[in-house]
Amino acid sequence: MPIEPTIKSRPVYGTLSPQPGTDHLFIADAEGAEAILDLAKSAPPGFFDAAEIVFIPRASGDGYLAALHALKPARFYEGPSIGAALPRLKQTFATAHMGLRLYLSGTEGLIGQAMQAALDAGIDHSSIQTEHRGSLARRVQCVHCKGVTEDVTTQPVTCSHCGLLLLVRDHYSRRLAAFQGVCINAEDQSEKVPVEEVFR
Amino acid sequence: MSAGTTKLDVTVADVVPVNELVTRFHFRPTNGGHLPTFSGGAHVVVEMREHEGATPRLNPYSLMSSPLNTAEYTISVRRDDVGRGGSLFMHRQVKPGDRMVISYPVNLFSLDLRAKKHLMIAGGIGITPFMAQTAQLASSSGNFELHYACRTASLFTYGDVLAERYGKRIHLYHDDRGEKIELARLLASQPLGTHLYICGPAPMIDWVRNTAAASGWPSETVHYEHFSAPKPGLPFDVTLAVSDKKIRVGEQQSLLEAIEAAGVDPPYLCRGGVCGQCETNVISSDGKFLHNDHWLSEEEHRSGKKIMPCVSRFEGRSLVLER
Repeated sequence: MPIEPTIKSRPVYGTLSPQPGTDHLFIADAEGAEAILDLAKSAPPGFFDAAEIVFIPRASGDGYLAALHALKPARFYEGPSIGAALPRLKQTFATAHMGLRLYLSGTEGLIGQAMQAALDAGIDHSSIQTEHRGSLARRVQCVHCKGVTEDVTTQPVTCSHCGLLLLVRDHYSRRLAAFQGVCINAEDQSEKVPVEEVFR
Repeated sequence: MSAGTTKLDVTVADVVPVNELVTRFHFRPTNGGHLPTFSGGAHVVVEMREHEGATPRLNPYSLMSSPLNTAEYTISVRRDDVGRGGSLFMHRQVKPGDRMVISYPVNLFSLDLRAKKHLMIAGGIGITPFMAQTAQLASSSGNFELHYACRTASLFTYGDVLAERYGKRIHLYHDDRGEKIELARLLASQPLGTHLYICGPAPMIDWVRNTAAASGWPSETVHYEHFSAPKPGLPFDVTLAVSDKKIRVGEQQSLLEAIEAAGVDPPYLCRGGVCGQCETNVISSDGKFLHNDHWLSEEEHRSGKKIMPCVSRFEGRSLVLER
C-alpha cells in the first residue's frame, strides 16, 4: 500500500536505485530485503563489491538470507534489531569517507532510526535513498512522558511508558525518528475509545 | 521592486593595492555606527557612477572582511582590462573619502553549518568569499580546509595572509610551478559529513562539481558561486510587452540595464546570473540567445522561453519579453 503524504512532516519514500559512490551501505529489515534484491537487478557489475548489507530479518526469519548472500556484498551483518545494530552503524559512519551512499529499506521504524544516526553523522536526509516495504507499524513518541513505543499498529495506542491512551498523529520528527502520540481522552480518562488496528 | 536591495550609504575609508591586478576597498557607514551583520559568502552590489546623475553601473562583489567586524566592509576587485569597465572604474576613480552606495549584503553562497567539515576550493579572485567564511569558521572552532590555486606567486591574492592565519589548513597551488590540486584523491579522503564549496573561474567550478558528482558526493553537499560579469556584445532590440516599450540594448549595456534605463523597474538581486530574481519569460523570439547565467537549467536555455537579463544577450531579428 503506498504511503500518502498527509502533512508536510509525514515522510514519503521512494524506490532504491544505484547511486554514484565509492561505498554503498544498505540497511534493511524483513521485506526491505526485496528492495535490495530489486535494486540489484539494475545495478552495474561489481556494484556489491563495495557494498555492506546490514540486515534485520525480524519475522522473515531466514527467508531472505540466501538471496542477499548471493549478491556477494563485501560485508554482511545480520542482527536481532535495528537498536542492536546502531552502535555498529555509528562506528561505520564515524570512520567513513565522502562517497559512502546510504540505502534504507523496510519498516518506517528502521528507516527512521538509521536515518537519525546518519543525520548525526552529517549526511543530508535528501541524499539518502529510502524505500518502504512491509509493515506500516509506527515508532511513536508520547508527547507527555517522552517515552517511545515501538511497532505500534493500533489507533489509539496505550503508551508503553506512562499508560496514557495516545492518538497516533501523522506528525513526524526526523530528529526523534518517531511519530507523535497525544493523549486522546485527556478531559476524561475513563472515556472508552475504540481501538482499531490500522498500521498493519 | 528590487527585493533585498535596500541601499547603504557608505564612505570609502581606504583603498589598498594588493598586487598588480587586485585592489581592496574599505567601506564605512557614512552616517557612523555599524553596518548590517552578514554571514560568510555574502556579497554586496556596488553602484558606480561616472558622474553625478549618471546611470549607475551595478556590480556584485563578495564581502571579504570578517563577519565579526561590522564597523566596515571590505571587497577586493580584480582589474579586468577587457570587461565593461566596472572594475576599471573601481581601480582608477574610487578614492578614499568618496561617498558610494552599496546594497544590503545578500548571501547566495552560505556555509551549511550542519556540515562536520568544510572543504573549500578557490581559484584566483574566487578567494574573496572564503576570506569571510574562514574568519567566521575560525571564530567558532569550525573545521575547514582550503585549497587555493593561482597563476603565479605574485598574483596569489591573500595567499600569504591565509597561510599565516590558518597554517596547515591552507594549501596553495601555483599554476606556473605545475602544482595541481589532486582533486580525486582529495575528495575521496574527506570524512563523511563534509561539504564542498567552490569559487573561481567557470571551468574550475565545472571540473570540481563533475569530479565530486562522479565520486559520490550528493549535490546537497556541493556549493558554488560564480558571478558572471555581463558580457559586451552586438546591440539588439527588444520589445517589453507588459510595459509596451521598445528598447535598444547597447554594446556595453546589459539587457537588465537597458530595461532599467527605459524606466521599467524589474526585480533583481545579484546582477551576476546566480540568484534567479530577474528571470524573465520570453513571449516570442526570432534569433539566437546568448545565455551566460548559472540559474536556468540547460533545458530552459534550449527552450528559448526564459532569459536572465542581468547577464544574457540576444542576436537576431526580434525578441519580445513579458516585462
